[in-house]
Formats: sequence, structure tokens, C-alpha cells
Amino acid sequence: MGAGIVGAACAEALAREGLRVLVLESAFAGGGATAAAMGHLVVMDDSEPQFALTAWSRRLWTELASELSPECEDDPCGTFWLAADEVELALVQRKAAFYRNRGVAVDVLSASELALAEPQLRPGLAGALYVPGDRVVYPPSAARWLLARAANYGAQLREGCTVRSLGPRRVETDAGRIETDCVVNAAGAGAARLMPGLPIEPRKGHLVITDRYPGFVRHELVELGYLKSAHTLNKESVAFNVQPRATGQILVGSSREFAGWDAALNPPLRARMLARAFEYLPALRSLHALRSWTGFRPATPDKLPLIGPWEPGLFVAAGHEGLGITTAPASGRLLADLVVGRTPGLDPAPYAPTRAMPAPG
Amino acid sequence: MIDGRSVTVEAGATVAAALLNDGVTAFRTSVAGEPRGPLCAMGVCFECRVKIDGVPHRRACLEPCVPGQRIETGG
Amino acid sequence: MAERIETDVAVVGAGPAGVAAACRAAECGARVVLVDENPRPGGQIWRHGAAAAIPAAARAWLARLQRSGARLVMGAAVVDAAPEAWLLVEQGGHCLRIEARQLVLATGARELFLPFPGWTLPNVMGVGAAQALLKSGVSFRGREVVVAGSGPLLLPVAAALAAAGARLRLVAEQAPAADVRRFAAGLWRQPGKLALAARYRAGFLRTPYRTGVWIAAARGDGRLQQVTLTDGRATWSMACDLLCCAHGLVPNLELPRLLRCGLAQGAVAVDEQQRTSLAAVYCAGEPTGVGGVERALVEGEIAGLAAADQPAEAGLRARRARLRRFAAALRAAFRPRDELRRLADPRTLVCRCEDVALSRLQPGWGMRQAKLVTRTGMGPCQGRICGPALEFLFGWEPDTVRPPLKPVALSILGEEP
Repeated sequence: MGAGIVGAACAEALAREGLRVLVLESAFAGGGATAAAMGHLVVMDDSEPQFALTAWSRRLWTELASELSPECEDDPCGTFWLAADEVELALVQRKAAFYRNRGVAVDVLSASELALAEPQLRPGLAGALYVPGDRVVYPPSAARWLLARAANYGAQLREGCTVRSLGPRRVETDAGRIETDCVVNAAGAGAARLMPGLPIEPRKGHLVITDRYPGFVRHELVELGYLKSAHTLNKESVAFNVQPRATGQILVGSSREFAGWDAALNPPLRARMLARAFEYLPALRSLHALRSWTGFRPATPDKLPLIGPWEPGLFVAAGHEGLGITTAPASGRLLADLVVGRTPGLDPAPYAPTRAMPAPG
Repeated sequence: MIDGRSVTVEAGATVAAALLNDGVTAFRTSVAGEPRGPLCAMGVCFECRVKIDGVPHRRACLEPCVPGQRIETGG
Repeated sequence: MAERIETDVAVVGAGPAGVAAACRAAECGARVVLVDENPRPGGQIWRHGAAAAIPAAARAWLARLQRSGARLVMGAAVVDAAPEAWLLVEQGGHCLRIEARQLVLATGARELFLPFPGWTLPNVMGVGAAQALLKSGVSFRGREVVVAGSGPLLLPVAAALAAAGARLRLVAEQAPAADVRRFAAGLWRQPGKLALAARYRAGFLRTPYRTGVWIAAARGDGRLQQVTLTDGRATWSMACDLLCCAHGLVPNLELPRLLRCGLAQGAVAVDEQQRTSLAAVYCAGEPTGVGGVERALVEGEIAGLAAADQPAEAGLRARRARLRRFAAALRAAFRPRDELRRLADPRTLVCRCEDVALSRLQPGWGMRQAKLVTRTGMGPCQGRICGPALEFLFGWEPDTVRPPLKPVALSILGEEP
């Protein structure tokens, strides 16, 4: 249930196992958070389980890279984690060690190397951590590509199909009941609508995209404080995160807030997000914004997704917050391992949907 | 100046008028490489974009001509 | 920090409807701010400048506007808005925030372009577009011109081009002869309009005016050199170096939709006072239903009075009713015919900003899916050109409006509102 990037990856992995897969999607494939997302494929060091999942998944994306269609706009541009001052540079060194100790290639850039690589960054930054293996894709196309692969293995997709209720081994749609061996809830931010016990809340984010300015930035640029923003659970927060797109447009993020399902733009928060971006890229001020929008990240209280069984016959693959695109392939593989009953590619316990969650607040 | 050529226009003319009167038909190049010129002439279609004084994406149909302006087409 | 303007009534759009609304509201004593993207009031139809004269009635209204006490904020585009709260306006690279108790939306209309093979060639443009370019100083002397499409605008533009020395080869109205004749016959009630039409026609007497004829294709090497026309049975070609082709107008609904005004039949729904579904927002002119200058003026007056909490004179309401009937008849007579849906071939571009051909679009999709799959509507015009075409071709509703309403420097959005 759900043809976003995670549902698509699950469909692909399950169909590849030889299982008969039916994907039910209420609107059209890749139209939810997948369409609002940045498509940054990034290895994260927030926690060991997050690292394990993002590193495995980035490896899978890299293996797929040569097969992805041109519409997926796969770009191995890498990430620069920016250090604004000496304090942050020390954090960069610690981050570098974390990655190196786990086999992820990184490079520490000096202030002058950084300025050479990204001339539009403001002078005075202390340096950066360069992660060359990180990539960027265009998520809606990647989701459709995964679904096409799943279809090659025999999977079917029903768009415009609303699921009214679900339970172990059964789904009620507006076109009737479907009995099955296994139901997978991959409905993203809306996953809890049909399973009220799921600890997934919509976490709204803003994005702005510019007109075409090819070469303005060449890598995904993120401030070190990004994780701080991802951690502030009960307030609005912003963090600098800018991406070059294949069209030459610049995608500017990021913000986080809990606003229920109100998709309306929050202009003061959008302004704060942009102001933060201007601090790192002063010339961004004069680039033309074409469009701004919001999306809902599916957020869990412990910042890890739910991947695995809820009860026999009912699985969950949702709650990926801002890492849905990155971790989709690994989520699909992990879910397929668990459905089929083989020893999974990594320890599934941290992602178990039924795990204890920290208390709110 | 249009692509390096000096041009004289009537006072009050728009950059689009200056370009069209000068015989320029391709103001910009599309994503797939086609030549494009003004379609709507009222600032809605963005087909008339040219670079003026180094700033890209300016709609020629809305910009008044100013003495000394540098206009570059085909972007 | 954005400059703040606080006022009683903000009028967006300084075409006839906006000018009339601003005048009436200000004359009632309300503090009025009139905002428009162009350097001078008048909108499209009353555009005056380097090479343009406007009718006496227009001059009178503009003079009245100058006397009214309304504050003019020109060269200013509304880029974002919150209902009952504020308008974010960009003016000369600076940010303005307008807070008004009442809002009058008079955002006018733009031309409807329906794709056909070759429509993206340089020297293929709209009908009103040619008029706007004439007024902004373009010389059409000696050009071989065909004017085509739908609606009464073909006549004054053809006459203006002929007067400017263009060699007008043909004026082609797609509406069937019977519909045009019936409409013209219905004009006996308004002899002034009939006389006007006759005067325009006299301005290009040597050029054929044909009904039931439309453009099938445009051809040329890097620019227009030839058009192919059809009447549904025969096709024939004609050398020409300028094609002015558009099919009437579509209302500019971006700001009303951003504010979540209720729509009906593709236009903003308003009550007797021109009030929209939002209590403090009025709408007048083309966005309530394309219908010409006089109707826009009357609706503008009623909206301005209502925004200033004044009733409209009975005569105004009666005139509005009459003009709305006339507008409806006009829209019916000149509606684009079914054959125009089948002009585009698979290689014809539908989205010009992103170069998306018809063959890449699946009719069952909808605007949002088309955007995500093909980038249609993701360019600078944000679907203003391809959107109405796709609505005509496939019945696709427009996608949600996402600010900024026009491309604007990020610094404008980055100012704390």
C-alpha cells in the first residue's frame, strides 16, 4: 500500500523474490512526500542503525546508477558538510573519523580548497567534510523506475485506488476486498491513518526552487547543524541544505515543523530558511525563485523508520522522515528478507515497528 | 547594445521592440535548442528572456530601453 | 525589513476593473492602494506609451484615477498573499507588504494559446501580443501578416497592423460563419458596437476576413515563413513572416486561487456585491468571467463601492446584467471549436518552457502528474501558457498555485514578512 519511493522499492524487492505483488496507490506513483523531497542520497552518522541503513542503501543506489533512466537524473555530486568555524571544523574531523572507521570514503577540505570547489560560498568558512560517494536523484522518476522494474518481475500497480481499511492478510479498497498472504503498509506520512497505533506523524518541510543557473553550486551543500534541526522535535527549525539539479536549478531547503496536515506555506519560516541559506551563499539572494512548496516527512519519535512485521500477515515500511529516498532500496531489501523469512542484511531490531518508543516531549 | 552592435531606438520603447526592429527573431534558445521569440508580449510566457547588463532571465517585453544597456540574446 | 503599507482597500491590477474600483472606493473616502506590475495604469487594453493612443473614455478614467486620491504602486507585482492578512509585493527589487482591510482582485486575463505544429517558431505570437508590441514601439511596416484565432480582438488588431503599414494577407476567425453572423445580428441592440466593428473592418478592407478558418500549421527555418490554413475540408498554404494567433482570453486566476477564493465554471464566484467566497475579498472584471472592457468597468465600480461599504447604484447593477449577457453571448459565439483539439501532432510542443511534446503526455494523467513525470508546467511561466491549453485538450484542472506568483529574487521571499 503506497507507491512512493519506499513502496516502490519494497515492490521491486518482493517481486524479485518471485512473490506476486500488487501495489495500491490512492493517487499516482511518486506523488506524495516522494514528489516534495530533495532526493539527496546521503550516508548519515546520527546513530549506528541510521548509518547502517543509509550506508547499505547508498551502496545499492550506486549499483543501480548505471541502469537508472535519464529521467532519474542520478548525479554523483557528493556532499559538502560545511564547517562555519574552528569549532565546527573539529566536528568535521570527528565525523570524518566516524565514516572512515566504517569504510565510507571522505575527505576533509581546507578553507581554500572549499572556496575553490564552491566559489559561491561566503568567504570565511573553515572547511568542509566531502563525502564523494553521496548522490542526488530525482525522486518521482526513481520511484517510477523502481515500479517498472517491479513490473518486469510481474508486480502490478493500481493507481487511483483508495484503501478503506486493512488488517493482517486483507485489504478493503473502494473496489472491494483483497485477500492476500501479506499486507505491507508503505503509505508514508499517512501510514497511521489506517493503522492508528503507528507512531508516525507528518513533519512539514519547505523547499524553494530557482530558475536555471547552471554551475552556481556543484555539490549538495549542508550545514553541520543540519542534524540539530532534525532533532528539535517540538519547535520550528531550519537548516541550510542546498542542491544543484540537473536542469541547473538550485533547490533550497530545509525546514521542519509539526503542523498537522496543514500544507499551507509558512512564510516566516520559509523566510528564515532562506535567510539561513543566504548566510552560506550570499549570491543566492539575487537568483530567481520559481516556486515554493511544502511536503510532509513521515516522522517517528526515535528518528528511525519502521520496517518489519506489525503482526503476522501485516508489515510496515514507513516513517523514514528525511531519509526516505536514501534508504528506500535498503528498506525494500530488509522488508523482503523479513517477509520471506531469511536472515536480514542487517540487524532488524532497531527498525522493528513494534519497538518501544521514547515518550513524547 | 544588442549582442555587441550599437542600436538606436525611440524613447520609451521596450527591449523587445528594440530587438524586433533590429531584425532579431531569436531572443533565447529553448531547453531543446530551438530559437524562441516573444509570444504573449505581456510578461506571462517568458519566451522573450534575454540577458540585460549581465543579468539573465529578464523579460524583454517588460523592460524599457535605457541608454547604454547591454543586451545579449540566445541564452 | 519589508516596507509596510497599511490601507483600507488594496486593489490588485490597474486595468479597467481595477481603475474603476480604485476610483469609486477612494471617492467614498476609503484609503486605497492600487497595485500593478506595469509602469503605468491601464492594464493591457488601455496600454499607452511610446506609440499608443487610448480612447477618450480610457483617458477620462485615468484622469479620474489621478484625482481620486488612490495611492498608485506601479511596477509592483504581488508574489505571495495570505487571506485577511497581507500581500507580498515586489517593486524594483524591494519588498513591500500591503495590509488591507478589503481586497479587490482585478487581475485581468491573458491570451489562450492552443498548440499547433510550428507554433513555437519565432514570429508566431498572440493577437493582443501584436497590439502590445505595436504600442511599445515595434515597426510592422512591410511585414507579411496573417491574423488568426478567435474573437472580436482580431478586428482592432488587424486594423492597427494595417494602419501601421503591415501587408495583412488574411484575417481568419475559427468560429463558424453562422455563429459569427448570429452574434453580429444580435448587435443591433448596440449600434455603437456594430459601428465600431465596421470601422475596424474598414481598416483592412483589402484583406479577406474569413470565418470557419483556422491555422493548421506554421513552417519555417528558424523563423516563420509559411502558414497552412484549413476550413476543415480543404487546406492551403500562404507565405507569411508574422502570424498573430490566439483564441480569446483566459482569466488570471493565480492570485484568487492562492487565496482560496471559490471558483465556478473556471472563474471566480462572486455575489451581487462582487464579493468572493472570502468575506474581505472582492473580484471584478475578467477573472469573474471574460467579458470585455465595459463589463470590467461596471464590475470594478460595484466592487470598489462594496469595498468602501457603499451600495451600488441600481443603474450599475442593471448595466452589469446587460453586459454579462453580452459577454456570455460573445464567449459562446467565439468558443474554440473541437477541431482545434486535434491540431497538435505528437511532436508538437505543449510546454514551451520545458520543451515537452504532446506524445509524452498521457491524457488520463492530470496536471500534477504531468508535472512530476515530464516537467510540464515547471518552468518560469508555471503553467500559465500550457495549463489552459491542456485544460482545453484533456480537461486537466490546474494544479495548486505555489508562490511566488512570478519569478522573484530569493531576497524578496527571504525578508521577514
